[in-house]
Amino acid sequence: MTGPDSSHTHTDTASPPAWRRPTYELRPQAEGDGRMLEISMGPQHPSTHGVFRMDVMLDGERVVKLKPVFGYLHRNHEKIGESTTYLASMPYTDRLDYFCSLTNNWAYALAVERLAGLQVPERAEYIRVILAELTRLQNHACLGGFLLQDMGASGTPLMYAFREREKILDLFEALTGARMMCNYMRFGGCRCDLPPGWLERARALVAGFPRFLDEFEALLTGNEILMSRTQGVGVLPRELAINASITGPGLRASGVNYDLRKADPYGIYPRFSFRIPLGDHGDVYDRYMMRVLEMRESLKILEQALRDIPDGPIIDPKAKIRGFRPKPGEAYARLEGPKGELGFFLISDGSPNPYRYRVRPPSLINLTVLEDLCLGHHVADVVIILGSVDIVLGEVDR
Amino acid sequence: MLGKGILKGMGETARNFFGSYASEDRLVTVQYPEQRLPQIEAMRNFPFLVFDGTDPVQGLRCVACQICEKECPPKCIYIVKDSAKKPDYIGKLQFQPKVFDIDISVCMSCQICVEVCPFDAIKMNVEYELSSSDRFGSLLLNKQDLTRPNSYFHKIHPSEAAEVDGRLQAEKEKVQAKARLEAEAKAKAAAAPKPTPAPAPLTPASAPA
Amino acid sequence: METLEQIKTRVELAVPGASLTVIQNGSPCAQHSILVDNEHALEVARFLQQDPQLRLDYLSNVTGVDWLEQVLQEKSRSRRVIDGVEREIEETTEKRVPGYLEAIYHLYSMELKHGPVILRLRTSDRAKGTVLPSLTPLWRGAEFQEREIFDLYGIRFEGHPDLRRILMWDSFADHPMRKDYVEPDDYEYEPTPHDEVLERARQHYLPRT
Repeated sequence: MTGPDSSHTHTDTASPPAWRRPTYELRPQAEGDGRMLEISMGPQHPSTHGVFRMDVMLDGERVVKLKPVFGYLHRNHEKIGESTTYLASMPYTDRLDYFCSLTNNWAYALAVERLAGLQVPERAEYIRVILAELTRLQNHACLGGFLLQDMGASGTPLMYAFREREKILDLFEALTGARMMCNYMRFGGCRCDLPPGWLERARALVAGFPRFLDEFEALLTGNEILMSRTQGVGVLPRELAINASITGPGLRASGVNYDLRKADPYGIYPRFSFRIPLGDHGDVYDRYMMRVLEMRESLKILEQALRDIPDGPIIDPKAKIRGFRPKPGEAYARLEGPKGELGFFLISDGSPNPYRYRVRPPSLINLTVLEDLCLGHHVADVVIILGSVDIVLGEVDR
Repeated sequence: MLGKGILKGMGETARNFFGSYASEDRLVTVQYPEQRLPQIEAMRNFPFLVFDGTDPVQGLRCVACQICEKECPPKCIYIVKDSAKKPDYIGKLQFQPKVFDIDISVCMSCQICVEVCPFDAIKMNVEYELSSSDRFGSLLLNKQDLTRPNSYFHKIHPSEAAEVDGRLQAEKEKVQAKARLEAEAKAKAAAAPKPTPAPAPLTPASAPA
Repeated sequence: METLEQIKTRVELAVPGASLTVIQNGSPCAQHSILVDNEHALEVARFLQQDPQLRLDYLSNVTGVDWLEQVLQEKSRSRRVIDGVEREIEETTEKRVPGYLEAIYHLYSMELKHGPVILRLRTSDRAKGTVLPSLTPLWRGAEFQEREIFDLYGIRFEGHPDLRRILMWDSFADHPMRKDYVEPDDYEYEPTPHDEVLERARQHYLPRT
């Protein structure tokens, strides 16, 4: 290793630090025998949502130190992006957060459109919003299921969520040809137009989804076991959330009103009326509730978008499929993905390949505070705190 | 009352359980090998090569331009160009691929090759029962395995195939019209210096059909 | 939000000695950036974070970029008298731009909902002097991203509390995102129809077997 001593710490006495690393005070010697147990949770552990490891130091049942270790799925996505053409990176973005391939596509297309100055036609903008909100619905529904699975409610809530997800994936398949690796957005629009009857099917799904949400909430939201397991667990303070660049439902659960659809609008989001749910406590329960409430707001957006979608072209006539070379320059574009702020930063040197292709992965950056959230809690809570952060290892490791 | 939420949740699971006997909305599973879902038109799995007419060698649309090989993100296409041009099914001289391999253990079904192909020669297949006991050999498809007639394309993606056929037909007519005009101009030029009635070997009928 | 020129003037007033350069961006989105000198980077960043008009409390993205040494050729024309005749002479001068590594910080404000202000820090060269001040003491959001740049580009961030490899394993020696990185050939190649890959793998395993 070529780096400096990792125990090197910043010494700046001029002003107080902007953030402080948490420490857990050890119990007095009399209570326990003072011996620590270091365990390695993962990398093959059902609760880690992929190949992810946590080096946990335990004092009895309590977590006193936790270091996330990842990179098992690292394939240097950014290097691949730099060695292929702009278009050829599009299917690779599907594989970042494989639950939300369509929002990944959109974020990448948005960055290239800013870089090359392409205009997206009206109909394509509507299609993008519809697909992004459907993606959010299925991601959040599954997250609810996975969180409960982590808590020990094996199967039932997850299967209910997957049942609804299947219906959304059927819609994706009818439009894009694939259920998960959609590869649908193109620079300046979308790849193909909606097949006949698709809008009616989407409207029927959106009309039926509130019934599922009501059932899901009846099953879970008021459940006493869920409440006692999640309330007050893994509290993320507001200041730390901002300072550590936490984004997405995890940030809003801590009461920070920051949703890029409102704060830095992209696409045609300013046309829709919807609200941003905010939490009070920033604990696991709030993070779960944010997802449920966001699904209800997404349904509002979907109703409006499916009502107003116009006819017209779906791709900018200036957009080229072969021989696409943007002028030298750079562009950063970000959008509100289901997991948080997904950004793409591109530097072009005028060649067919990007000179620099950077993904800002929300899953990775949301893990920054994992240790802070887990300290002092039981080892069983670590599992649900990780579940509530909502990571996908395809995006963490890239 | 403590436990009210749990009882409510139990009620919900009971509703879903008994509902699955009554409502199709709640029972969504399909018993796969026996029951199959209807084929979705947009579905894609691995690419195949289209040929026109009946002869897969002569009718192959692919002209070995190697654009798909260059654009393929995981680089699973391997093409060797034939050295000599061969007449295709309309009699036009074209290059053809000598070797056209797709390694479907590498292919990620992204459809980029279909989009970049200027000749509508490569399209996405829908076959998905491709399991084999050999990891490498039988997952490397060669030209013979890949070619399918245009009628097959019409069967699996009817609207796309109709659109492609219409476009190709329009292009063909354009080429024919151009050839006809050129032939007429030639005939005129040939006729102009000679006042005697010229024989007409270059009539529109002789343009490639 | 203020323009970058206004921010630059105010920062230079507030942090004496800091030298800032506005770097123009040629793309249509016109996201220009500020290059900051390394000694004052932390102070400048603290000012940007705490200034009530800017309140850039949110660090969205940290990007490492590798710029290789470039040779720029400039053509200049001049008129000179040679052998009593005035002639126009074209001269090409070669200018070597040394390579450097760069870290780009995209700052936004969650409180005032504006941004981005883009900061750039540059190392002196690509070999020995790859040291930059860490901004993690100000924004914890940079913690993993700076670690990633350390891992993949080899920039050492002075003042980072926990600078370790993050994606590659600890015993890994090189920095794979650098432009001159050469892939090791002991990589477990999947057999593909591409001969050069197979050949490389074969050559690697040849001496051992």
